Order: sequence, then C-alpha cells, then structure tokens
Amino acid sequence: MTFTEQLAQFIVSGITQGSIYALIALGFVTIYNVTGIINFSQGEFAVIGAFIAITVAQKVNLFRGQFDVELEWPVPVAALIGVGGAVLVGVLLYRLGIQPARHASTLSQIVATIGASIALRGLVLLAWGTDPYRIPPFTQGKPFKILGAVITRQSVWVMGLTVVVVVALFLFFQYTLIGKALRASAANPGAARLMGINTRRMGLIAFALSAGLGALGGIVITPVTFMTYDRGLMLALKGFVAMIMGGLTSPFGAVVGGLALGIVESLAAGLISSGYKDAFAFAVLFVVLLVRLGGVFKRGSGEALERAGL
Amino acid sequence: MPLLEVREVSTFYGRICALDHVSLDVNEGEIVCLIGANGAGKTTLLNTISGVAPARHGEVLLNGAAITRTPAEKIVGQGISHVPERRQVFGSLTVMENLTLGAYSRFRRDGRASINNDIENVYLLFPVLKTRHKQLAGTLSGGEQQMLAVGRGLMARPKLMLLDEPSLGLAPLIVQEIFRILADLRRQGTTILLVEQNARAALRCADRGYVLENGRVVLSGAAAELSESELLQRAYLGKRNHRNRSG
Ligand SMILES: Nc1ncnc2c1ncn2[C@@H]1O[C@H](COP(=O)(O)OP(=O)(O)OP(=O)(O)O)[C@@H](O)[C@H]1O
Ligand SMILES: [Mg+2]
Repeated sequence: MTFTEQLAQFIVSGITQGSIYALIALGFVTIYNVTGIINFSQGEFAVIGAFIAITVAQKVNLFRGQFDVELEWPVPVAALIGVGGAVLVGVLLYRLGIQPARHASTLSQIVATIGASIALRGLVLLAWGTDPYRIPPFTQGKPFKILGAVITRQSVWVMGLTVVVVVALFLFFQYTLIGKALRASAANPGAARLMGINTRRMGLIAFALSAGLGALGGIVITPVTFMTYDRGLMLALKGFVAMIMGGLTSPFGAVVGGLALGIVESLAAGLISSGYKDAFAFAVLFVVLLVRLGGVFKRGSGEALERAGL
Repeated sequence: MPLLEVREVSTFYGRICALDHVSLDVNEGEIVCLIGANGAGKTTLLNTISGVAPARHGEVLLNGAAITRTPAEKIVGQGISHVPERRQVFGSLTVMENLTLGAYSRFRRDGRASINNDIENVYLLFPVLKTRHKQLAGTLSGGEQQMLAVGRGLMARPKLMLLDEPSLGLAPLIVQEIFRILADLRRQGTTILLVEQNARAALRCADRGYVLENGRVVLSGAAAELSESELLQRAYLGKRNHRNRSG
C-alpha cells in the first residue's frame, strides 16, 4: 500500500466516523438553538437507538438472561424501530426532565441532562450488560475500491444516510412552517410566543428530532464498530467538540466540524499512534473552550433575559 | 360592550408591583393611546393583556370573555396582536418568513393562499418590504424593522392591535408615515391600543387616551381634552409650551 493509498484509507474511515459525530453534533445544535440547552444525553440517544435496533434485529437476552428476545427482523426495520424508540426517550426526557424545570436556569437544565445521561447509561447496562454488540451491515457484498482505499458497503450507507439527513433537515428548517417556527423560537422565543408559537412544544420537537439524529448515528455505526453500553459519553463529547468547532449554532458548521474531527482523529491514529486518537479530540476541545468558554453559555443566559424582558 | 376591558388589574415582577389596580376600556374601531414616563408600566400593561406578564389580580376581558390566564401563544389566535417594544423581529429569518410567521396562529384555518394574499397586502402598505422580501430581517434598518414588526402583527388579522412605541428611534418623517398607516388601519376596521412616548403625535391620531404614572392610571379622557389638560401639558407636552414661548 502506497502512502497516498494509506492516506486515502484514513480519510475514508475518518469521514465514516466523522459522519456519526456530525449527526450527533446536529442534534446538539438543534436543541441548543431552540432551547438554549446543551444536551449531554445526546450520546445516550445513539446508544439506546443502537441497542433497540440490535434487540429487534437478532437474538438477545436481556437483564442477565431474564428475557430472551428472538425477533430477528430485517435490519432496516430494526433501524427504524431503534430511531423511533430513541425519539420516545427524547420526548420523555423533555417532558419529565426539562419541562418541569423550565423556570430553573439554563445551567440547571444542562445539569439535568447530565443526570439523565447517567441514568440512561445505567438502564442500558442493566438491560444489555457490558458485552459489545454488533449488527450485520445493512447490505451484504464486497467493498468498493476508490483511489486504492477500501470502502465497505456500510461506510457507503453511513455517508449516504448522513447526506440524505442533512439535506432533509435543511429542507425541513427552510421550507416547512414548523421548521420556520423552530428557527423563530431560536431567534427570539418571546416574539415567537406572540405569534402563537408554543415554544415548549418547539422544545419537545427539538428533543425528538435530536434523539432521532443521534439514534441514526448510533445505529449505522454499529455494523462498523461494536456498540457497548458506555459509548455514549465519548460520542457526546465528540459531538460536542464538533458542534463547538462548527461555531455552536450553525447546523452546517456542525456537519463540517464532525467530518473534520473524524478525519483529524483518523489521521492522528494512523500516522502518529492510535493512542492519540481521543487525545486529539480533547486537545481541540481544550483549546476551543479556552478561547471561547464564555461564548458557550452566554446564549443561554441572554435568552433568559430576553424571555423575561419582553 | 367594549372590545377590550381591563378591570382593576395588578401585575407584579416578583415583589415589584408594576401595575396597581389599572382599569381601561378599548371600544371597537377606536385608537386609544397610553402615555406615561419611563417605567410607568405601559409595556407591562400591554404584556398583561397579551399574556406575557399575566395579572396577579383583576381581569382582562376580550369581547366579554376572560383571557386573564390565557397563555400568550393562545391569545393571538383570539384576535389580539402584540407588536412588542423594540421591534423583536426574527433577525435570522427573511422578511417574507417573518411575515409568514405572523400568520402562524391562523395557518391551519386559512391556508397558504390567503396568507400569501395578506403578505401582498402588507407589501402594499410598506412597499420597501417588498423590495427586501428575501433579506434577513436583522439586516434591515431600524425603520424598516419597525415596518416589518407592524406588518408581521397585521398578518394575524387581529381585531385589536397592541403597539408598543412604534416610533421609537425613528426619523420624524418615518414617524409621520407610521402614524398615517395607523390611521389607515383604523379606517379598515382594526382597533388599536397604542403606547407612545411621543404624546403629542399619539394624541393627534387617537380618540381617547390614558395617562399612567407609577403603575396607576392618573388621567383619562378624550384625546382633545387630554392635550389641553394642565398635567399633561406640564409633564409630557412640555416641549410645545417651550416652542410656543420661543416662537
Ligand atoms: N422583567 C422585569 N423584571 C422586573 N421588573 C420589571 C421587569 N419589567 C419591567 N419591570 C419594572 O416594572 C416597571 C414598569 O416597566 P415597564 O417596562 O412597563 O415601563 P414602561 O412604561 O414601558 O417604560 P418605558 O417607557 O421606558 O418603556 C419598571 O419599574 C420596571 O423596572
Ligand atoms: Mg415600555
């Protein structure tokens, strides 16, 4: 394998992994823009979605062998159910965790999402245990070769679905009434209410949407890498880094940030040492936070002022 | 029966009493103006009517039905459109999107065609908005944003429009334009409750007025009477006396 072939290979796997970060970062941005909350259970959506899909797609025993599930439905159906299940979790999280605390500060709501992520991780641990799981690729077949790099069929699924989701999301926000209402709630929640927009319902939609995005990311990556109960934290942190790299509020930036992070990680792991993979992401996080920590939480309080002041 | 009836309303921010037993009526087809110094409670009164800052005591009635505890997002559907202080347009959305969202409360009922038709009517009222329909609202000039805020408020097809200082920070020529449009709107059947610092201009276009001081109504009556009242002359129309003397 020549150096360029190697490079191409790193970039391909970087883009595959980066697509997942991009999907999770998109979820972060959506919730942040609409509610001012940074939802740290974003990674748990990916894990729960993936585990639900795994359970539907193959034989699994739950709660240390208490329940045997033998559905073995087709993977695409399982993927849809996984996304649906995670959306339900997102809705419940908003209804039970965030909405009752709506008079609390944004920071307390963020802390609530951290609490929820720990609880959800515990739940997944109880149900599925510590074993790594995996599902078959969405379609079987030989990998493709481009510029000497090997691209598995599942990688194509990952990239393709990411593109489709990003385009669909863009159309949704740009051209539908609900999409516009979500953007209006993000821009000025007080004025949005005066138009008749129920900003709480918009928060609910944002959580549901983000949960679906996260779950999709978790599900499509499961055939590529194993899924374990504790992957959520790392996925959330990576998505968070991608969101910050992309400028915090920009969906487009989040996608670019996610892909860039994936590629950087993959190059660092391949060219330097695989031990540096995560270190690199956190070096980026450290620098970014150092430069603009103020900016991360500013919008939250500004919005609170806006709400009260109108 | 008055279109809007505010009965002995008291509104608090925490323990601060911003409105103290305020009563006010607005009849159908009227322009009523609300005058008062900074901090008198004018904005709070509009917020209380539109549900943003609900009253602790007293009642707000629209066509005789209580809306005191109705949340803000439901009130616009009942026919009250609130154009808030300092415009509050959606800066990251286009002019057209801002106007579309102004009709959010009646979208399901009336459908896309009727809303597009109303957008055209707003463009007739404010031609400058038409030339900028794809521009982001945040990049409009202050005057243009004010026109957009009024236009967005009209998109709800309100029975009653609450306007909070529509002339704030605008050049005199544009202020005149805004007041001309208010008169037009009234002729087309929209009832208006107007908050203004510019007391003289407001009284000129209004039928009646109320004067707020420290959260209380201290004076009310026909606009013409109010302009002649001594209290108002002294406190809010001072400039005119000054100009009379010098000129
Ligand atoms: N969100 C709030 N929290 C606490 N106090 C408030 C709040 N909003 C207004 N107030 C207080 O209530 C009183 C009335 O304020 P309001 O904004 O209604 O005055 P206003 O008549 O509209 O003044 P202006 O002409 O400056 O706009 C003021 O003393 C103000 O400090
Ligand atoms: Mg005010």
